[in-house]
Amino acid sequence: MKERNGYLWVGITITCIMTILALVGLFWTPYDPSAMDSMQVYLPPSLAHLFGTDNFGRDVFSRAMKGLATTYVVSLGTVALGAGVGILVGALTGYFGGAVDRVLMRINDAVSAFPSILLALVIISLLDFGKYNVILALGVAFIPSYARVVRSEFARHRDMNYVIAARLMGAGHGRIMFSHILPNTRAVVVPALIIGINNAVLAESSLSYLGIGVRSPDVSLGYMLSESQNYMGSAPWYVLCTGGCIVLLILGLGLLGEGLQQKRR
Amino acid sequence: MKKRTLALFLTLALVGSVLSGCGDGSGNQDVEGNHGYEERKAANEIVVGIAQDLEDSLDPHISASAGSREVLFNIYEGLVKPNSDGELICAVAQDHQISPDGRTYTFQLRPGVRFHNGQEVTAADVVYSIERCADASGGAPLVAAFSVIQEVKAVDESTVTITIAQPDLDFISYLTTAIVPEGYDQLATAPMGTGPFRYVSRSPQENIIIEKFDDYWGEGAKLDKVTYKIYEDSNALLMALKGGSIDLCAHLTDAQASQLDDQQFQILEGTMNLVQAVYLNNKAEPFDDMAVRQALCYAIDRQAIMDFVAGGRGTPVGSSMYPAFTKYFMPELADYYTYDPAKAKELLAEVGYPDGFDMTIMVASNNKPHVDTAEVVAQQLRAVGVNVTIQQVEWQTWYDEAYKGRNYQATIIGVDASNLTARAMLERFVSTDSSNFINYNNPEYDQLFQQAITTTDPEEQTALYKQMQTLLTETAANLYIQDLCDLVAMRQGLTGLVFYPTFVLDLSTIGWTA
Amino acid sequence: MKYAVRKLAMMLLTMLIVSFLAYLAFQIIPGDPTNKILGTEATEEQRQMLREQMGLNRPFLVRYGDWLIHFVQGDLGDSYSYSMPVGEMLAGKLPVTLLLALLAFLITTVVSIPLGIFSAGRGGWVDRVMTVLGQLTMAVPPFFIGIILTYCFGLVLQWFTPGQFVSFSQDPGACLTYLVFPAIAIALPRIAMTVKMLRSGILAELGKDYVRTAHSRGNDRSAILYRHVLRNALVPTVTFLAMTIADIVAGSVVIEQVFAIPGMGRLLFSSISNRDYPVVQAIIVLMAFWVVLVNFLADLINQRLDPRLRLQ
Repeated sequence: MKERNGYLWVGITITCIMTILALVGLFWTPYDPSAMDSMQVYLPPSLAHLFGTDNFGRDVFSRAMKGLATTYVVSLGTVALGAGVGILVGALTGYFGGAVDRVLMRINDAVSAFPSILLALVIISLLDFGKYNVILALGVAFIPSYARVVRSEFARHRDMNYVIAARLMGAGHGRIMFSHILPNTRAVVVPALIIGINNAVLAESSLSYLGIGVRSPDVSLGYMLSESQNYMGSAPWYVLCTGGCIVLLILGLGLLGEGLQQKRR
Repeated sequence: MKKRTLALFLTLALVGSVLSGCGDGSGNQDVEGNHGYEERKAANEIVVGIAQDLEDSLDPHISASAGSREVLFNIYEGLVKPNSDGELICAVAQDHQISPDGRTYTFQLRPGVRFHNGQEVTAADVVYSIERCADASGGAPLVAAFSVIQEVKAVDESTVTITIAQPDLDFISYLTTAIVPEGYDQLATAPMGTGPFRYVSRSPQENIIIEKFDDYWGEGAKLDKVTYKIYEDSNALLMALKGGSIDLCAHLTDAQASQLDDQQFQILEGTMNLVQAVYLNNKAEPFDDMAVRQALCYAIDRQAIMDFVAGGRGTPVGSSMYPAFTKYFMPELADYYTYDPAKAKELLAEVGYPDGFDMTIMVASNNKPHVDTAEVVAQQLRAVGVNVTIQQVEWQTWYDEAYKGRNYQATIIGVDASNLTARAMLERFVSTDSSNFINYNNPEYDQLFQQAITTTDPEEQTALYKQMQTLLTETAANLYIQDLCDLVAMRQGLTGLVFYPTFVLDLSTIGWTA
Repeated sequence: MKYAVRKLAMMLLTMLIVSFLAYLAFQIIPGDPTNKILGTEATEEQRQMLREQMGLNRPFLVRYGDWLIHFVQGDLGDSYSYSMPVGEMLAGKLPVTLLLALLAFLITTVVSIPLGIFSAGRGGWVDRVMTVLGQLTMAVPPFFIGIILTYCFGLVLQWFTPGQFVSFSQDPGACLTYLVFPAIAIALPRIAMTVKMLRSGILAELGKDYVRTAHSRGNDRSAILYRHVLRNALVPTVTFLAMTIADIVAGSVVIEQVFAIPGMGRLLFSSISNRDYPVVQAIIVLMAFWVVLVNFLADLINQRLDPRLRLQ
């Protein structure tokens, strides 16, 4: 493509801004995100409080930064777990094939018959709530989709000339799988990772919105959205700013993914 | 280049329009027609929003939660029943006499009182109901105070005598216990009482429907039909209120009530008649150490909690008694521990927690006032180094885990009384009591209680009950907070809401104005 | 026909594995069901009796077989929290969720297919607007759309009354009016995804040799598009739509919560919180069966659209 890729740049810009906010939010926020002040409740957005304050007089911007950070940690953790295990399973089954492949894939199919949010819901109900359990639950729910994508890629590459050549040169299976084939699947895997993060953000906010994701004192964007809905009448900025953050975060990643796809074309 | 700018512009414009599109109308929009409510008015019925489902069993002698009792109050009556001033008035019984030795109670039944199936209430039904609650063969009797009963006898068709082992000043208050038809075996699923409303149907997690009982002996209900709708999610409840699908809803927070349009709703202010506290499991670490509990008492700022949750309203309490118990309530106990975080920290350090500790407060997610209180309390405790995690659970889970299972560290809830005797509030902290969910164990307290229920001198009894309250405060059984302000939203056009000194919502007096 | 039979066998096998996994998951849960039913104060003897009664003392596989046979016969077990059969609890909720899913699916299909065809092959700013709009729609979580819809259409415009769900049997019109909004909330992101999918599918097909051949034979553009291109481009879209209808049912957990719809999702959610495992188990298995079934149907439709699939 000759002209510059608009989606990619807008996507990168939004994602960068959100990432920086989240990174900073891990260590510093303008106000203590959980400090309450009964004299400062329901303040509309101003320079002092960019996103206004909530029913407890807490600074919504600071909470959003903190929430963004949590959302990031959970989403990245989920994708790391889901993609890590998924790639391993997919690589092994795709590369070796055979009976193990067939059995594992059948189980994989069966597991993916459970919609991921449901699977996460059930796992969380067994594990109890909290940030790390959300990562575990969503991560497990994400494994099958990665396993399937990676498996078909590996099955396709298995008999390609470069792989046969490597094998003839005496490279071990592990080496072939992870330093030869894996890099060649990036065109498929990288977009899948971005979509994965996107889905993880959505899933995490849904779980927290339902009240079974992160728990106080942790905050996440979904949790805040659920809280803020109670005050839609008195503090509309609360719900809009929080919702806006989720939208921007996913939009940024979505445009980034779209941009990457167009670049390849 | 040009296209990139365009894309960027479009993105921002779209985000902006989505965000502002809904922000515009958010201030004060006029809500004119409230669909549906006119229809309900014409049909002389209302919808009452409640935040929690009733217990599985609707049996009035078994259900223990305040939420269930609040609903069943409209369906059942005892021999006597409380009025809105807290006095006992005659209900199923027309009159009663107490023998000079205080041991025999004689009740003349009111003629023409009918159960909802049309049958007239007979002495046999009364005997059956009382005996059912006094039966101790399955362990403890259903109503603990009935353990003093020696004999319940039907003298004739309409006279019942109850003989008790020793005089008991509180006994009469427990005769508010529901009278049910003799041998009726579907109490758990199809309530059958003598109250102004009769049970129609129930759909778990959705609604309970009751309708006017035409053969009621008294004045009877003004409304023809009431639907209790269950909204376990506070957001959904608020939406339903604002959208106009609920006509009456009690126990709102200040934040919820203030969002309602005053053309639609009148906000009535009463008290919830319960003791809200951070109830501490006295058996769980570190709350098995009295010194820790006492230290935390200094970390709680009651006024701040009331400011956040109820706009400054509410009454601070210092022990397990709320102000409606005028005879027993001791306002001075609320000042026993004054808010002093520095002192709390110091005390914690003294008992071996210089860096605080971790604790989890379990709270039922459907109950917004308690959830909000938990947030504020958590923040206050964090200030003295105690790292609080809030565990929000569904009501049913709370009931099973915390209340019945006693499997929790700390929880915020309101504890109410089934009648206006001090005993109804204080008995649960006797070490052997089945509803002692905080596992409070204090031999001195147990002994005082025994004295209090056996004494025949009312003044001595009051003094003993006061002593018990003081003991609870001194030993910091719980972190007492307040009797919450009860904000009730009632649709304009409805009248007749009467506040009771107990946690009930009497629907029989409510009606539409013409 | 042979293809269909083979797929059917595969479907039944998957269902068997699905049900086994679900059953297994609920067996390894810590905690004793007798605790939940009898409360903590029950004696060991009472527990033992209940266990005997519930058949909890039999070997795992026997219990699974027994459960499966009952399940297939329509006996889904009894709820712990509400002492009533799960089937009875579901009877009122299942139609609501299915109706919602159907509505959402209809909206998705009816809007996205024309939109996808329209947007394909239109370069320039139309294309950009569509893409950005699509990305934006996909970026808004369905429950946030739900909140906004409730606010705008429920509270401000008052086209429906939030929280006042009317059952279909009571008033079909009011019921549908209420359900349209949650259906839109579910459908919007789905529409964006389907449009994107169909659009890129059509674009990919348009670049193929047979299209050029058809052009050179003098066929006009729309004839090629509808007779040849669309048929091929629809194959992945049908698969995707099938996934959608499966996802919609699962996604209803959240949307039913936002709109206070007494459907299966809400029942599932509260049962999970209440640890009412027989209910959870039944719903999970039903939903998984649903997914497998829909995938099976999608395979059949695809095979009609593209007979080559039969050989694979």
